[in-house]
Amino acid sequence: MKNTKIKIDNIDLIVPEGTTILEAAKKVNINIPHLCYHPDQAIKANCRLCVVEVAGSKKLTAACSSYVFEGMEVQTNTKRVRDMQKGILELILANHDQNCLKCARNGNCELQALCQRFNISKTNLEDSVDSLPLDNTNPSLVRDSAKCVKCDRCVEACQKGQEVHVLTHSHRSIHYNIAPAYEAPLEETFCVFCGQCSAVCPVGAIVEKDDTQKVWDAIYDSKKHVIVQVAPAVRVALGDAFNLPKGSIVTGQMVAALRRLGFEKIFDTNFTADLTILEEGNELIHRVTTGGVLPMITSCSPGWINFIEGRYDHLLDNLSSCKSPQQMFGALSKSYYAEKAGLEPKDIYTVSIMPCTAKKYEAQRPEMKTNGVQEVDAVLTTRELARMIQSAGIDFVGLEEDQFDNPFGIGTGAGAIFGATGGVMEAALRTVYEVLTGKGLPSLNFVDVRGLQGIKEATIKINDLDVKVAVAHGLGNAKVLLKQIEKGESPYHFIEVMACPGGCIGGGGQPIKSTLAVKGKRIEAIYQIDQDLPLRKSHKNPDVMRLYDEYLGEPLGHKSHELLHTHYHTRGMKYNFSELNK
Amino acid sequence: MSKTVSFITENFDKYDPTSIDSYLSIGGFTATKKALAMSSNEIIDIAKKASVKGRGGAAYDTGRKWAQAASVPGDDKVVICNADEGEPCTFKDRSVLSKDPFRLLEGMVIAGYTVGAKNGYIYLREEYRHLKPLIKGAIQQSIEKGYLGDNILGTGFSFNIHLYSGAGAYVCGEGSTLIESIEGKSGRPRIKPPFIKECGLFQLPTLVNNVETLAIATAIFQHGVEEYVKYGTPECPGTKIISLAGNVKNPGAYEIPFGLTLREIIYDIGGGITDDHDLKIFQLGGASGRTGSASLVDTPYTYDDLHKVNLVIGSGGILVVDDRTRVIDFIKSIQDFFIHESCGKCTPCREGNRQIARIIDRFVDGTQKDDDLDTAMRFANIMKNCAFCGLGETAQSSLLSAIDHFPEEFGLTEVASK
Repeated sequence: MKNTKIKIDNIDLIVPEGTTILEAAKKVNINIPHLCYHPDQAIKANCRLCVVEVAGSKKLTAACSSYVFEGMEVQTNTKRVRDMQKGILELILANHDQNCLKCARNGNCELQALCQRFNISKTNLEDSVDSLPLDNTNPSLVRDSAKCVKCDRCVEACQKGQEVHVLTHSHRSIHYNIAPAYEAPLEETFCVFCGQCSAVCPVGAIVEKDDTQKVWDAIYDSKKHVIVQVAPAVRVALGDAFNLPKGSIVTGQMVAALRRLGFEKIFDTNFTADLTILEEGNELIHRVTTGGVLPMITSCSPGWINFIEGRYDHLLDNLSSCKSPQQMFGALSKSYYAEKAGLEPKDIYTVSIMPCTAKKYEAQRPEMKTNGVQEVDAVLTTRELARMIQSAGIDFVGLEEDQFDNPFGIGTGAGAIFGATGGVMEAALRTVYEVLTGKGLPSLNFVDVRGLQGIKEATIKINDLDVKVAVAHGLGNAKVLLKQIEKGESPYHFIEVMACPGGCIGGGGQPIKSTLAVKGKRIEAIYQIDQDLPLRKSHKNPDVMRLYDEYLGEPLGHKSHELLHTHYHTRGMKYNFSELNK
Repeated sequence: MSKTVSFITENFDKYDPTSIDSYLSIGGFTATKKALAMSSNEIIDIAKKASVKGRGGAAYDTGRKWAQAASVPGDDKVVICNADEGEPCTFKDRSVLSKDPFRLLEGMVIAGYTVGAKNGYIYLREEYRHLKPLIKGAIQQSIEKGYLGDNILGTGFSFNIHLYSGAGAYVCGEGSTLIESIEGKSGRPRIKPPFIKECGLFQLPTLVNNVETLAIATAIFQHGVEEYVKYGTPECPGTKIISLAGNVKNPGAYEIPFGLTLREIIYDIGGGITDDHDLKIFQLGGASGRTGSASLVDTPYTYDDLHKVNLVIGSGGILVVDDRTRVIDFIKSIQDFFIHESCGKCTPCREGNRQIARIIDRFVDGTQKDDDLDTAMRFANIMKNCAFCGLGETAQSSLLSAIDHFPEEFGLTEVASK
């Protein structure tokens, strides 16, 4: 590509043709202010905060949407530029709820940071916010239009990435708003609660529903036995909230922090991920050998389940009947664990730490009950856990590493990689191959299904059968594979779908600023965990095997079906919350 | 009325616009026949010679625009006729659409032939829906007679015209917004680049011209560019259809040669101010145009002369306001318009209008605060310099220019004239 010579603030630089002013300025350590710009999204240029002066142009130029040209001279810090940028910021602020101290994004808000940078202390504008009512009646997300800056990032996440098409624009001018059609609350739309909108929001206009108080209350309740499980993707992202390098593996510190918070037992969802592989792997074998419905599709991602139940309910038979690892854990906690620990299921309070906002909804589904009680009582996102740790005054970074507790403390590498797109598939193949062939795998790494490519596929020869598999992450990619199934053209036996781009490491509940680059680091960390573990195949997990021996019997057996499998429903436009536990 | 002329509007009331035979009887489609016998380059040269500035308001040279559109590679291009005449106090395109629709179709065929387009779209203002049967009839009859559709007049050139309407949003008069609207999306401007000349409607290279611009093209090819440039001044040749309205005795759409003074337009053509009041303020080019005071009334109506006194021709609207109206009330009516019509996409326009409207309301009530005027001017300038599209950039033109001309009405002590 051709190079272009330009000058920014009198600094000479050479950048490739097609670079925007904003990107070029970054290269010489100039951070032009912006709100709507997001490195992984299309250019929007609607906040206008990035205006700069370009020699020869009377008006100011938006740096995010203007490309460099040979000889371009840019000024980013003149009085005129600063006055205009500051004025635009004042305009945004004047129609923004300024109750920052009570906002979930306090201290982690892009607008707040800009106000600090521009030293906004006084403005002549009237602060009175025109907004829609608060939308907080679903279990996963809270939308507060009084904080919305109309940057459009959430709309892009919902429409382009996920192709869910729930968030959109309504009205115009001063009534312009970001909302679902007819300003319906999310539960009356096809929203899947994936939370990708909350992950890209620069402010606190869309946040996870905060359940930390529920968990504190349970911990302080002496009658409750409070246990916690942690999903595979949390341990490679939690460090972000404590300013550790992206992709830091903080498993030990995380367990230590949870113990300090007061949880009685700290368990690993990787354990039930391994269990999922045994159930799901055997289900696949069963379907292939008995002429069952193929391709079989994974069912661990609740955003994905909401999507297929809402939009592709004619394909529900393709879904594996396995509960997700979170719910398998929940079911065992209220049965096997209760018996082992000599506790009443109702006295056990099971908390999940998940990278996911949809898990909050999943835990409340009416069918997710065991022994008459809800399997998982509260779900916290990675962000909420970070807040609890901070709130308790725990110096996270300096913590001495701790270990998960038995009997759900051992997870293999196969369970660990559930956190990355392609991980469930790889874990399943490791087990299915060995179960069916009785032989060890030449290599455990199925690299074809790894990485951030939208749809990945592979063919593995097992005995005489060429097993064809595909992996999709992001619901837009999943749609492509569903359409093949609809037309009867799907060549696959087994498909893994994760609702969120990148898989769970890119979940809607992960620390803010999960850009593609950050997701890449987390995926590396996940495979590092796998590589470093002595056990890398689910069927070699000794505790899982003991569980079958002592309690479940065999995969797909009677007890397994009762505890570990579920069924799916057609969902119309509305979630039925009257049936949900509150 | 002798100061008006009849070049673009020569066919008005001379034929039955519902009948192609009637149009043919007065020499209709001569322009098409002449143009289609020329090469694209020859047509562009003539268009450049006429130096017709775009009549939608941006005043971009039509010959240059056609030359650029012709040079964009691609064998499937689009010509759009912008008939979304939404500027308040602008109704000159309506006169062409209702009295001479065939001349417009000819202009589109010539433009399409010149730039190498296969399809043309007329984006008709929703409020002009009553003109749809007329325009559809003109299209249908032109196809039947071989002036439109496949292999026009045996030249091998094929061109179809489609009629579209939006839902009545002012911002859809902006080229890229209009395209979004035809594509079925809500009316909000597109990001540039890519420019619509390269990637416009349905991702195809697209030329957008105003109704009047296309009608002029037809007239020029019918009569020759020499006939057109006889009108006007040497620096600003030709004619213009104006929309004269407000407190004048004879409002209406008139064709004038460039170079008449505003006084001649308002008093001779318009018959003077209603009830013989005094002229106080006028606004050129619709709600997005700048205002002037009576002291500028002897300015000739040409691009350059108006530019010297900080005014623009814009859409050709001339709104006359007499001394019975307070300037602030006039400004309030403009502000109400933009509060209604901003698309809301960008911060300066959405929030700037919200805040400035509150300040204007206080001026209307006489409850303004000391710093209100400074604040309004500051944010009006931010809108002008930073908004996403032309709507936001020009929404405060009237306020800023009114403050210049009538400082005393905004509580400023009279500044000695500079």
